[in-house]
Amino acid sequence: MPITPNPYKTTGFLGWIDDRFPLTKLWKDHLSEYYAPKNFNFWYFFGSLALLVLVNQLLTGIFLTMNYKPAADAAFDSVQYIMRDVPWGWLLRYMHAAGASAFFIVVYLHMFRGILYGSHRKPRELIWIFGTLIFLCLMAEAFCGYVLPWGNMSYWGAEVIISLFGTIPYVGHALQVWIQGDFAPADATLNRLFSLHVIALPFVLVALVVLHLMALHEVGSNNPDGIEIKKKKDPATGIPLDGIPFHPYYTVKDLVGVGVFLILFSAVIFFAPTGANLVLEKPNFIPADPQVTPPEITPAWYFGVFYAMLRAVPAFLHTQIWGVLVMFGAVVILFFLPWLDRSPVKSIRYKGALFKTLVVLFALDFVLLNYLGMQPVNPTRTLIARFGTIYYYFFFLAMPWYSRLDKTKPEPERVTS
Amino acid sequence: MIRLHRLAAAALIGLAFAAPALHAQETETMPFTPHTGDLKSLQRGARDFINYCSGCHSMKYLRYNRLAQDLGIPEDLVKKNLIFTGAKIGDAIETALPSKLGTQWFGRAPPDLTLEAEARGADWIYSYLQSFYLDPSRPLGVNNPYLPNPAMPAVLGSLQGWQVLEKAAPGAEEAGLPHFKTVVPGRMTAEEFRGFVADLTNFMVYAAEPVRAERVRLGWKVLVYLVILTVLFYLLKKEFWRDVH
Repeated sequence: MPITPNPYKTTGFLGWIDDRFPLTKLWKDHLSEYYAPKNFNFWYFFGSLALLVLVNQLLTGIFLTMNYKPAADAAFDSVQYIMRDVPWGWLLRYMHAAGASAFFIVVYLHMFRGILYGSHRKPRELIWIFGTLIFLCLMAEAFCGYVLPWGNMSYWGAEVIISLFGTIPYVGHALQVWIQGDFAPADATLNRLFSLHVIALPFVLVALVVLHLMALHEVGSNNPDGIEIKKKKDPATGIPLDGIPFHPYYTVKDLVGVGVFLILFSAVIFFAPTGANLVLEKPNFIPADPQVTPPEITPAWYFGVFYAMLRAVPAFLHTQIWGVLVMFGAVVILFFLPWLDRSPVKSIRYKGALFKTLVVLFALDFVLLNYLGMQPVNPTRTLIARFGTIYYYFFFLAMPWYSRLDKTKPEPERVTS
Repeated sequence: MIRLHRLAAAALIGLAFAAPALHAQETETMPFTPHTGDLKSLQRGARDFINYCSGCHSMKYLRYNRLAQDLGIPEDLVKKNLIFTGAKIGDAIETALPSKLGTQWFGRAPPDLTLEAEARGADWIYSYLQSFYLDPSRPLGVNNPYLPNPAMPAVLGSLQGWQVLEKAAPGAEEAGLPHFKTVVPGRMTAEEFRGFVADLTNFMVYAAEPVRAERVRLGWKVLVYLVILTVLFYLLKKEFWRDVH
């Protein structure tokens, strides 16, 4: 189909633009005539909130970068310079630091929403895959950012994470040194992580978000009933009967979510900026010291699940790579979710007791693993983490089997409230 | 069903925030709530820090004029009474002790203390400064349960007096606060000394985050604004959604 310039035949200044750029078309396709199901609930706030947090990170990041110095002997001091001498620098930094934690909270809830309502199922597999790539990119971005203040936990966190590459047989050590640019995390490491954090990864992240939204708007949003609103259209207008224009209905509704989110976010920024040592950890108020290990090296809280898995898998055949593989596998397995779920229905509302039980257990398992990942190891915790890891994998790998076995209820014709 | 989802969501968010503290202290600390709004306490703390601590410890991220401004001390007074190093009013609080000499004398250079209250917590500082006890096995004659075998001498000994650690009865759990017995009284009463340490701790909490008071003041305004804004957003949503059934 050839492109028709200005399909809506606008005139005047807008017409001049529309003759040259699809402004009206974009506005209508993605906002005012993008029909979203009218039955979105609480879980549907987190997509727009993730976008809000992304913008927060980009904007505060720009101004932090203007004052931060990516050098091993200057980074820590420059963070204190931002906190004390840069006007509003403290606010920018707290917003950026708490923003990273908020990003993971909203993204985890957003992903869990997808699992609850089957938002990854046909025809939305690519939306889910782009989303998982965003998650992967976000993890890399968060890790790089965590290292930049060059506090002692930054340093040792970098040491642990980069040494994961060192577990690869034969090439591991050489690869680790190549990534670090030195034999231990040092000035060169900090400099390259800075480059990745402020240029490469945000660039990829934003591109993936665009792809995620393009794929979403191509097929339309899922909803808590997991049925396709496009199947029941008004014969006269061709508009889905259960669809409402995204703008203004969901723009005003998402604003309520934004308001509530900002209240919680501000409560952390202004009244508990260290977030009970989860947003800014105590050892990170001490400059990086290669001679002194913090009492416990823990990753940022949002990596708890993956860190718990890493530590739960024992080394054998003279290599520790198994833990690394299990940890990466936990993310990789997400890519296959659209094809693992064989249930005839999408939404948890019409799934049976079996799936409901397993998904609740999965949520609890996720929280438990995250908690264990932040605790010092002891034999009991390692044992629990092993069971937790097995259940995490069971939930996904056994899904083709139990999702077919599950007794489902018939889906409704039209969305329910 | 919907209610179940909401409950699950609330539980998940709650758990994320309620994750317990990561670093258990080995010795229980004495509880201390910092009052960085108490300017008089901060002023006394600044004076005492300069007199008793800054000989060895720097506060290299805190400038004298920032201190003067935040603590309501005229710059003249700061220059006359708090600057002994020849520093300019806009300079940071550096120590007169070169770090090389510090390493030579104490085994390690005394650390910068600007961020100590964030790195260790106000409780810890408050407890540590009150818990030096006589221990003849140590080169400086003192030890401390909160930082075993410290390189630091008991600088405040002449004020606090000298104390010994009371060992827990054999077999009893070594839990709770350590017990001390004063053997040589100092120039201050126990109460005066607690106040002295409280002032010092308050000041160090301020120094770790000079913007603290401003942050909380601004925070209330932002929250009030956001609550009003959210109510308006909610009413706007209700108005727009009246025709959706």
